[in-house]
Amino acid sequence: MSDGDSEERGFPSLRLVPKAEAPQSARDFKTDQEVRWCPGCGDYAILAAVQGFMPELGVRRENTVFVSGIGCSSRFPYYMNTYGVHSIHGRAPAIATGLASSRRDLSVWVVTGDGDALSIGGNHLIHALRRNVNLKILLFNNRIYGLTKGQYSPTSELGKITKSTPMGSLDAPFNPLSLAIGAEASFVARTIDSDRQHLQSVLRAAAEHEGTALVEIYQNCNIFNDGAFEVLKEAGTRDEALIRLEHGQPIRFGAQAANGVFRGPDGELFTAPVTADNEARLLVHDAHAASPATAFALSRIADADTLHHTPIGVLRDVRRPVYDELMESQLTAAVEQRGPGDLATLLAGSDTWTVD
Amino acid sequence: MTSQVDQSEAVDGSDGDGGRTGSGAQRPGAAGPAGPHAPGSPPPGGAKPVRRLDRVIIRFAGDSGDGMQLTGDRFTSETAAFGNDLSTLPNFPAEIRAPAGTLPGVSSFQLHFADHDILTPGDAPNVLVAMNPAALKANLPDLPRGAEIIVNTDEFTKRALAKVGYPADPLGDGTLDGFHLHKVPLTTLTLEALKDSGLARKDAERAKNMFALGLLSWMYHRPTHGTEAFLRGKFAKRPQIAEANISAFRAGWNFGETTEDFAVSYEIAPAALPAGRYRNISGNLALAYGLIAAAQRSGLPLYLGSYPITPASDILHELSKHKNFGVRTFQAEDEIAGIGAALGAAFGGALGVTTTSGPGVALKSETIGLAVSLELPLLVVDIQRGGPSTGLPTKTEQADLLQAMFGRNGEAPVPVVAPATPAECFDAALEAARIAVTYRTPVFLLSDGYLANGSEPWRIPDIGELPEIDPKFATEPNREDGAFWPYLRDPHTLARPWAVPGTAGLEHRIGGIEKQDGTGSISYDPANHDFMVRTRQAKVDGITVRPVEVDDPTGDARVLVLGWGSTYGPITAAVRRVRADGGEVAQAHLRNLNPFPANLGAVLRSYEKVIVPEMNLGQLALLLRAKYLVDAESYNQVRGLPFKAAQLADVLWAAIGSLDEEDHR
Repeated sequence: MSDGDSEERGFPSLRLVPKAEAPQSARDFKTDQEVRWCPGCGDYAILAAVQGFMPELGVRRENTVFVSGIGCSSRFPYYMNTYGVHSIHGRAPAIATGLASSRRDLSVWVVTGDGDALSIGGNHLIHALRRNVNLKILLFNNRIYGLTKGQYSPTSELGKITKSTPMGSLDAPFNPLSLAIGAEASFVARTIDSDRQHLQSVLRAAAEHEGTALVEIYQNCNIFNDGAFEVLKEAGTRDEALIRLEHGQPIRFGAQAANGVFRGPDGELFTAPVTADNEARLLVHDAHAASPATAFALSRIADADTLHHTPIGVLRDVRRPVYDELMESQLTAAVEQRGPGDLATLLAGSDTWTVD
Repeated sequence: MTSQVDQSEAVDGSDGDGGRTGSGAQRPGAAGPAGPHAPGSPPPGGAKPVRRLDRVIIRFAGDSGDGMQLTGDRFTSETAAFGNDLSTLPNFPAEIRAPAGTLPGVSSFQLHFADHDILTPGDAPNVLVAMNPAALKANLPDLPRGAEIIVNTDEFTKRALAKVGYPADPLGDGTLDGFHLHKVPLTTLTLEALKDSGLARKDAERAKNMFALGLLSWMYHRPTHGTEAFLRGKFAKRPQIAEANISAFRAGWNFGETTEDFAVSYEIAPAALPAGRYRNISGNLALAYGLIAAAQRSGLPLYLGSYPITPASDILHELSKHKNFGVRTFQAEDEIAGIGAALGAAFGGALGVTTTSGPGVALKSETIGLAVSLELPLLVVDIQRGGPSTGLPTKTEQADLLQAMFGRNGEAPVPVVAPATPAECFDAALEAARIAVTYRTPVFLLSDGYLANGSEPWRIPDIGELPEIDPKFATEPNREDGAFWPYLRDPHTLARPWAVPGTAGLEHRIGGIEKQDGTGSISYDPANHDFMVRTRQAKVDGITVRPVEVDDPTGDARVLVLGWGSTYGPITAAVRRVRADGGEVAQAHLRNLNPFPANLGAVLRSYEKVIVPEMNLGQLALLLRAKYLVDAESYNQVRGLPFKAAQLADVLWAAIGSLDEEDHR
């Protein structure tokens, strides 16, 4: 995609980031580092999709930063030919917050995993979301600990048999999107590693969003949790299992879009075959709804065991004050009210005396 | 306590002494030098004798809700404005409002002021203002015989006495024989003074601390206009309260002027400090100013990532006020996020700072290790308090030295800078920033609760005298082939280039995984790791720091006393005492604890005995013994309070004596 397109689209969250002088290609974003994920890992597909998408932003490569924590996904920055920090377990949102709130001329991306973001780093994630710092968080969810070789993660299903849970895990899993919506996230989306086109469309929406965007990417770990999302990918099952959300459109899914999502009299959402009678009552997806209630309900419509009726796409995308913008405006206001700081005046204070 | 003053200039060998050292010269009819007087009252000293003193130690003590810290602060400001040298010690409970009238609820503020340069808040008060029985009971053991005690008799009710376990009224049962007791019904007098103010009794009663302040201001000829202006400003939105407090303050002054009980007032001439413009400053304020100055001198925007913790929070509060300097303050969700944000900002080219105390450092350790590995500038400010764990949050201690030195996984050396006095916190912040920026490394700045809240006069520096700090950002590729290697080091400093995002052609990735020398690419190579570990250590070891200076006036001393941090005041006061009494002792004080000054080993070896007083169980001594194989002797105290000069003087005499004994054996 050419630079011109992105100008038109405008990526409002990147308006302070210098534009690239020449069109870029995916190749510009590749590094000379050997990619060291396991052969067949879903991370390869995500990397290729992100590298393919970055030129669309039309901003200077040197003004783009990827920050990660610890885990398989967190090796991501090494493979992006931008600025990058591979930090420590769970802390990427905090580090990225400091960077994004002090450098509004940067496009800052966080790459994290289900263990990194939801377990050890849960606190930083929820606070980044509520603050609404201009960060794009890509949460690779493979529902397992990969780098430590196969323990259950905070998104693993109850009863999961792993090395650390030979009799089954006792932990109820987190629903990352419900958590994010509960944490006042202004942008929440989900996509799948293998669906490049959809993945890139979600990245595009996230990049357009002003504030923190949380993108959950279902990612296959073919070593420790292979096939975790197979039902969403297999030609035979995916139509029934996936609900593709599009803003402003009635929510339909299944072969020939035969099924839809409806709101019951109790306010709960349910799925049912679409008929001539009920078609008018189909739920129309409104990602921009002020209330998070419907987005929250959508985030929980999937069957936790079978993953049937898993919505993908942008669940929520609303405008809310952006932390770094507010921070900057306080600095500007302080200068307007009191003039630029003068060090000599500050040090002297108001109560001084002189010794001759 | 002016740190700039050469110790040899000290005129009073008895600094910190509990006894009053007044000259006793009575000048009936002489007004105080500043001639302060409350409007509506005659000038002080008009009728009563004035006695000259060279120094006084006053302690204000009361319930946590009695406003003793404010009273002490105001008296300090008046004293600073008058031109005395001074040193303060606030002491308050960790609870915001401990149960009223109880011993744990007592809050106090001690102030030592003099006509010469002094170093400590003083060992024992000459004057105690006790607002209730608990304040009397908690502080009486610290008072030398002959001290003046001013008590608020209104609070000495049966119930209040019983609450603190006084079987009988100590004001009448002989407990205070040997002290000079002033029984003043402070509450009644305050209410009487405010009877026309229109305030409810409860509100009027609150002004009794200002009555006490007025009385003490009269006794010591303090200028009063500053306090009146302060009260008007503080209660600008409630002028009735402002006027009531001012009325109580004046009533206290007039009470001293007219009542028979206070027969004498005292005059302490301004101190002869080095020429210059002065202000009073606390350690935390000086530190905050030092950070702003470092940002200005380096041209780097200041970014503070912090989480509230006693006794460091005041730095966060202070920096939050100065957004017009481009200062960004980020109150994070926890200690880890505080330092994480500071490090992220540093990656972006800011002067990243995090402020905390011991428990917070424990949480930040992993990120400090990351900063060591990333080799980015970062300031970690630790205002030490009593530990372990929550410990004594409002009390002082210097037991985080080894945590700062070694409290990380792997070999993760971090430079350590420690200020010696409240005012020196300003210079220490600049020094820490210089090291961090020049060498691309996190730096520990170890202050403590005593420095943080204590205050002293500070000669305001000219901006031009402040050191410049050059960040020397990388702007171009550093390889002939046009590549940029993020770990290609400066051959002299071993610092790596600091290339900030937005710089074209220098895109690079850094992380906590071991990296290949030069290129910065991930490397698990054994020889490379060995090399990188040694190089990071060599970089810190090679930091240029000023040599340690030894104060040994005769050159004949056999005993060296070596300290670090806030023990400077009491150690120096003790050294003066020993010398005044004919003893010979050398003194040195460390501002840089990692790396140590290059001459430290030679200094230590040139004395027969080295005494190291510390408010911990011997952490610096452990380092000295390990590094220099010298028999450094620890002297320790972990009471949450600074050393007393008298106590340390005894220790030094004992050390001198033990050598003499050996000679005679």
